[in-house]
Amino acid sequence: MAKEFELTDEMRSAIGSESPPWTYEVTTTSVRAFARGVGYTDPVYFDVDAAKRAGFRNLPAPPTYLGTPVFIPGRSHEIFTMPTEGQPTVKHGLKGLLDGGTETEYFGGICAGDTLTVVNRLENLDVRESKALGKMLITTQKTTFTNQDGTVVAVQTGQAIYY
Amino acid sequence: MGLSWSAINAGDALPELKKKPGVTQLVKYSAGSGDFNPLHHDFQFPQSKQLGSIIVHGRFKYAALGELVSNWLGHAGRIAKISCQYRGMDFPDREFVCRGTVTRKWEENGEKRVALEVWTESDDGKKTTPGEAVVVLRS
Repeated sequence: MAKEFELTDEMRSAIGSESPPWTYEVTTTSVRAFARGVGYTDPVYFDVDAAKRAGFRNLPAPPTYLGTPVFIPGRSHEIFTMPTEGQPTVKHGLKGLLDGGTETEYFGGICAGDTLTVVNRLENLDVRESKALGKMLITTQKTTFTNQDGTVVAVQTGQAIYY
Repeated sequence: MGLSWSAINAGDALPELKKKPGVTQLVKYSAGSGDFNPLHHDFQFPQSKQLGSIIVHGRFKYAALGELVSNWLGHAGRIAKISCQYRGMDFPDREFVCRGTVTRKWEENGEKRVALEVWTESDDGKKTTPGEAVVVLRS
């Protein structure tokens, strides 16, 4: 928890920076793992025949699941799985981390078998203060998901809270 | 058959979805999502100790709101947008309920759209994860 925290020019200079593209896979196994993790019982997320009967070309990605980043030791985050290479970074020194909010906008369907190319952009930095957590750094990231046909299928905007 | 746009009205409530994830369920979610933050499975992790418990992933609640909408839609359309804010913490083995209501329906570019307010409610009545969604119905 920080009593004092201010944005520096160095931190601000990271706003607008973009990661290189990274591959996220949507597979039958990864869709099942996510659906099972949430606790779905709807067979379309588990049984390919049920998915096809419901009009999907394969198991559909459950809402909020946008594929699993390819994990490569040394190039991926050990805890959060996403790529670390060339990601927008802010040297803030704060230790606490909470998720602030997430918005996903879909422009196309995502199903098992799809390969998504993902670019992450640091949209904004903001400092706020709360009674419980003191000074907080709020980062806004915008992540764009493009499928194997070159269609942008989803854009996810998320806020992380560092304190 | 299934949900149709003409039968939906502002004020309609979605069938609620109850969730009571234990530690094992949260571990399954970690594996499915790739989010292995120890705050969601390790009681010895400093942040867990500070809070007195591990906590449910905010993204688990976000995904549960997706399941709420998916169950209601029943493949009769698609989700165009879904968002939430993580305003409060939920803890393992404590029930929270996902709820939603229809706030608006309209047509746009030939698409039959419905807006929803969605949220999770903890067993003490707190709306810990308020959000919104827009769905597009096929008919």
